Amino acid sequence: MEAFLLQLTACIATGGIYASVALAIVMIYQATHHVNFAQGEMATLSTFIALTMIQAGLPYWVAFAGTLVVSFVMGALVERLIMRPVQHAPILTHVGVYIGMLLIIGNLTGWVFGYTIQMFPSPFEGGGPMLGGLFSAHQLGSVAVTLAVLILVYLFFTKTSLGLAMRAAAYNPRSARLVGIRVDVMLALGWGLAAAIGSVAGMMVAPIVFLDPNMMLGILLYAFAGALLGGIDNPPGAVMGGFLVGVLENLAGAYIVGTDLKLTVALVIIIGVLVLKPSGLFGRVVFTRV
Amino acid sequence: MLLEVKNLRAGYGPTQVLFGLDFAVAEGGVTALLGANGAGKTTTLRAVSGLVRPEGEVLLSGQRIAGLMTESIARLGVAHVPDGRGTFMELTVEENFRLGAYTRRDPDVAADFARMWEWFPRLKQRWRQQAGTLSGGEQQMLAIARALLLRPKLLLLDEPSFGLAPLIVRDIFAILRRIREESGVGILLVEQNANLALDLADHAYLLETGRIVMSGPAAEIRQDEAIRRSYLGY
Amino acid sequence: MSLSPARFLLVLLGLAAALAPLWVLESFHLFQLTMAVIMALAVLGLNIVTGYNGQISLGHGAFFAIGAYVTSILMAQADWSFYATLPFAAAICGMVGYAVGLPALRLGGLYLALVTFSLAVAVPQLLKHKALEAWTGGVQGLFLMKPDPPRWLTSVLPLNADQFMYLNVLIVSGICFLLAWNLIRGRIGRALMATRDHPTAAEAMGMDIAALKTGAFAVSAMITGVAGALSAVAVEFVAPDSFTFLLSITFFVGMVVGGVASILGSIFGGLFVLFVPNIAESISRAAPGVIYGMILIVFLFVLPEGFAGLVRRLLAKLSSPENPKPQ
Repeated sequence: MEAFLLQLTACIATGGIYASVALAIVMIYQATHHVNFAQGEMATLSTFIALTMIQAGLPYWVAFAGTLVVSFVMGALVERLIMRPVQHAPILTHVGVYIGMLLIIGNLTGWVFGYTIQMFPSPFEGGGPMLGGLFSAHQLGSVAVTLAVLILVYLFFTKTSLGLAMRAAAYNPRSARLVGIRVDVMLALGWGLAAAIGSVAGMMVAPIVFLDPNMMLGILLYAFAGALLGGIDNPPGAVMGGFLVGVLENLAGAYIVGTDLKLTVALVIIIGVLVLKPSGLFGRVVFTRV
Repeated sequence: MLLEVKNLRAGYGPTQVLFGLDFAVAEGGVTALLGANGAGKTTTLRAVSGLVRPEGEVLLSGQRIAGLMTESIARLGVAHVPDGRGTFMELTVEENFRLGAYTRRDPDVAADFARMWEWFPRLKQRWRQQAGTLSGGEQQMLAIARALLLRPKLLLLDEPSFGLAPLIVRDIFAILRRIREESGVGILLVEQNANLALDLADHAYLLETGRIVMSGPAAEIRQDEAIRRSYLGY
Repeated sequence: MSLSPARFLLVLLGLAAALAPLWVLESFHLFQLTMAVIMALAVLGLNIVTGYNGQISLGHGAFFAIGAYVTSILMAQADWSFYATLPFAAAICGMVGYAVGLPALRLGGLYLALVTFSLAVAVPQLLKHKALEAWTGGVQGLFLMKPDPPRWLTSVLPLNADQFMYLNVLIVSGICFLLAWNLIRGRIGRALMATRDHPTAAEAMGMDIAALKTGAFAVSAMITGVAGALSAVAVEFVAPDSFTFLLSITFFVGMVVGGVASILGSIFGGLFVLFVPNIAESISRAAPGVIYGMILIVFLFVLPEGFAGLVRRLLAKLSSPENPKPQ
């Protein structure tokens, strides 16, 4: 029983990580209807930038806010400079550009910041074990941050007219133009926001898994699995999906396949969802009538 | 004049579709563009709203709008209900309404919502429903409501009768007549059904392969022998 | 298309150019060239499913790994001869490719890319798994030996094992390229491209889209798998960490830079992915990746048809009647 409880808390902690990255993926999907393969590398770069700011002596939350701003600008610039010129190109070109960015950003991060594994501070340290010693302060804190980001994103997309306009621009760019939405600006904003959310995920993940240039690769896969499981167009669904994947991964790792096949669990989830239920568990089935 | 178009040319890539059109829409008036399939009616509307790049002059209340981006033209007061309606199928009726009024910052938006509910009571019943689940007629109504919420000076309508049952078409044109009387918006109407179009319009132009071959007040066009035989069917 | 004298001459020149390195290059460079030919073959496999059929795969490293492991296991654990393992590796990769092609039928472009990408990431972990360790040698991998040239050959042509390996790779790859070329310019090739460009129309014309797509996956996996088998023997070693997702990405880069949907482009692609990182590596550990990524993006922006497209354009310019050569 004790072991199972510990297992479960581990699930929730890692699930929180996947949930926050899944949220970033869904975010960019909402804004562009694309899945960015370089999302993980962008988040890792942001986290290194945060670390640099903290090492330069800035208080944690100042560095946190600064990283959000820098990441937002970085995401918007990527859209402007790299994605815009190939906007109307075939999907193969988009995939190629994502792969190119993954290579450039990932290797650049290693080049500039080095490949040694680094500690990343947590803002929630000092609390000691909580809730009967099952959770560390950071685990609870990062889950809280993920949920807070989720609520903000959800409110943004459903309640603000800017969020609505971003969704409209992704669903139907032509109609969006006809109601006066500046679609180009929406795309750049979407990329910026996704990069900012990704950076939050990176900063929450790094204290747990330690920071190195390849930190996000495996996590990104789980996050994809989570996003697909929850429904790629559904932010709360993606968060649920992320937690679910965390649970599945840990339970499968502990009781079924062993820890050395964990990545394969993600692969199986991804294929399973896409083949059996492409809209995800909580995704909205979109009706179209002609 | 609300809209003045001079020597309008447009096309898709190497294919030219419009070969120099001149026409106009009066302030608060309804102008109909008639013609067979492929005559260039839809392209004309797209050229006015900037969905295809026009050459020639397009003046909205005397201001040149040719060459501006679609979203800028929309912000200047041109609302286009395109072919295929241009509603956001994945979003709810309410969200479509909010998007229609996206560019507006004035306090009358709520009042305009109420006005749309009065004109299109069925949309109020469907308020929280996804637009893709509406019937064809309801979607057309939503498309028109969405366009009117922009508070346009000029409304471009592309075949509002397309694919709809005759009874529903009658309803929609009754509403259009009411809109024309109550709102004072100018309308440029493209319609295959010449009868309906000429009932609503005060002025009409006949297009053939990208050129205007006849124009005049709607009542006169209706009397024309050739038009009657080819387009009105009696 | 008949073999005109000019074409015949071209083929002869090509053959001479392919064989010359046997005597011109020293061991290490010949080995590199051997690997370049293998890479070209792997890129050709990817090109069939992604270039010609439009199903984006970022996971062809998996087929490459399976081919390599099938051959290695049979050679190291069962003492099979290198030649006997090749059809076996091809068949198994073909079957796995077919199996991957089935769920792919239900996935659109980006999702298929995503799934195959995850496959590529998961491969090393699968290869390291304990259940397979008795066969695969686990993290340690397997060691093998290049085949020695047979007596009858060395008596005519004095070749060492490296030269003989190059010859083997050249012949096997040559056969695969010829078969692929034949497939692509025939009825099936046209059907593959039709399903890529106009799926609805292709279906309306009675093409069996599902069979074409899964078939393309199978053939593609088979070719890339054979390349993997050749590489295992050429390197004389397989280990899980030689088959990371970067390998799949390397094939993808080779395809784009060489030329999407081009047989000739696959050859350019193979040469490119082998030699450019070598040059870049001398600058910094991180540089090959960065330079790779930049070249990929620059190509997509400036020359989306790759090297092959550039060559085609130059040839068209030379032979077009509007630009007669100056006297």
